[in-house]
Amino acid sequence: MSSMSSAFQTPESRSQIDDPSSLVARFGADEPLALDAGTPLGPWQIAYQTYGTLNADRSNAVLICHALTGDQHVANVSPITGKPGWWTTMVGPGRPVDTDRFFVICTNVIGGCMGTTGPASTDPRTGQPYALDFPVITIRDMVRAQAALIDRLGIESLFCVIGGSMGGMQVLQWAASYPERVFAALPIAAAARHSAQNIAFHEVGRQAVMADPDWRGGRYLIEGTKPTKGLAVARMGAHITYLSEMALHRKFGRNYQDRSAPTFSFDADFQIESYLRYQGLSFVERFDANSYLYVTRAMDYFDLAAEHEGSLARAFKGSATRFCVISFTSDWLFPTSDSRAIVHALNAAAASVGFVEIDSDKGHDAFLLDEPEMFAAARGFIDAAARVRGIA
Amino acid sequence: MQVSHPSHSVNNPDAARLDFLLVADMVAPGSRVLDIGCGDGSLLALLRDRKNVDGRGIEISREGVNACLAKGLPVIQGDADTDLADYPDDAFDYVILSQTIQATRQPKVVLEQLLRIGRRAIVSFPNFGHWRVRLELLLGGRMPVTENMPYTWHDTPNIHFCTIRDFVELCREVGARMDKAAALDAGGHPVRVVLPWWIWNLLGEQGVFLLTRAKD
Repeated sequence: MSSMSSAFQTPESRSQIDDPSSLVARFGADEPLALDAGTPLGPWQIAYQTYGTLNADRSNAVLICHALTGDQHVANVSPITGKPGWWTTMVGPGRPVDTDRFFVICTNVIGGCMGTTGPASTDPRTGQPYALDFPVITIRDMVRAQAALIDRLGIESLFCVIGGSMGGMQVLQWAASYPERVFAALPIAAAARHSAQNIAFHEVGRQAVMADPDWRGGRYLIEGTKPTKGLAVARMGAHITYLSEMALHRKFGRNYQDRSAPTFSFDADFQIESYLRYQGLSFVERFDANSYLYVTRAMDYFDLAAEHEGSLARAFKGSATRFCVISFTSDWLFPTSDSRAIVHALNAAAASVGFVEIDSDKGHDAFLLDEPEMFAAARGFIDAAARVRGIA
Repeated sequence: MQVSHPSHSVNNPDAARLDFLLVADMVAPGSRVLDIGCGDGSLLALLRDRKNVDGRGIEISREGVNACLAKGLPVIQGDADTDLADYPDDAFDYVILSQTIQATRQPKVVLEQLLRIGRRAIVSFPNFGHWRVRLELLLGGRMPVTENMPYTWHDTPNIHFCTIRDFVELCREVGARMDKAAALDAGGHPVRVVLPWWIWNLLGEQGVFLLTRAKD
């Protein structure tokens, strides 16, 4: 892992932070973003991509919410990695989220590192990256930022808000914070609160970043270093939680990597080791270490019931939003029981909810992969909702 | 728990529709309905379109749930034996259990849950007391396999068959008042003979009951 490049600090990728290659809505110091932590953030900006056309009624807007390390490039080639968008199986012409029919918006979350204000952004007070001077943000702050963008785009209500994992948390927060602005909500592989086990995994990841001497108390961008080793280890650990034992066994088993016998060393003898090292290496090229700390923290703090006197049902009381909840059998990070808790609360709140558990051995990551049953459920739900909403 | 539908509803869609129409007649317009074991959502769609019902469903098969979602019906994948406990009291005006009670592990508990969640319950089931079933057991000496009950004894989701009279007894046990009852013949038509129960128990292929909590 000694050969990690510092591509993130190359002019091209560094520039994605303040001047990204996507649309950006900029809000001045006079339009600060209210934050749960207290002090409002301003000036601030939110980077986003759109696909399709907003109809005359402005009734066909769909918001896609990305997961922990995602970005706004949901259905176009990423300017950083050169790879296709992260959810082209779900979003695009003829896909369940059909960009021929819907006006699709995807933003980079507040605290992120792809053009929306985050810890790597330039602090206008100092002219240097915020680093740890950036306020700790929450899922609700992410949603507030998105709502400010939706306001600016002149969209009164969203036809549908969709997201997996942390994106699903945002979907739930949208439905709870702005019920009248969400016609349909599709949280996938999500939870209404982050579990103790998941907070524990995140803490291990953060400690790995902070234990890297190149992290420099968070000031690595200012001091010209980069905590690549710490961030790569964090990603390796997290990546295991996105898979399942069965998927790992099927894909790698105990197979050796380019060798027929163990080397009696700490080389990557096993394919799974080599795979994880690669995952770690490629991640540090595209993601900012401090953003990783902030966004994982936002997930840890998420507990929708806590905002409503401990009752998740109260969060959705009187909601007219149509919900569809999807989980996966082998997802142990956001298990089906988490989705069922959401469904039970929605039932208790007399909300309209569908729920389906998809049979898959691919673990949490299944929501990003080719899962025909998930697409069928999403398409059925979205099309039926579009008929009710009168979208052609 | 698995949900089985009598084969005649597959072979003869009109019969299924008669069955549904009878249930639909028992439901007041504009009410809130939970259909447990709702299959592909045909009954819920009928209730929505004809009775302006605000309907919800529970269905065990993913194919069924997906068919319901595509009809715009809010249906959750779940199991009558385990998931009813999570619904609040009086959440619905009617809870429908169509052709499903014989496939539950604990029919009595399920029936009690129906009457807790809903002000009223509508239950339909294949009648094991039908003369054809009796005749097959009497003459053949083997567990009946009929058009209405197409499974062998060792490979059936229907683990708790009952007769119409058995069901009436269960209603008494759980304190359910029978507001309406009907026995349907093989064609799905109501048996046009009035009580006593033994007539229905002999001639009805299905029993359909509208129940209310006796304490209400």
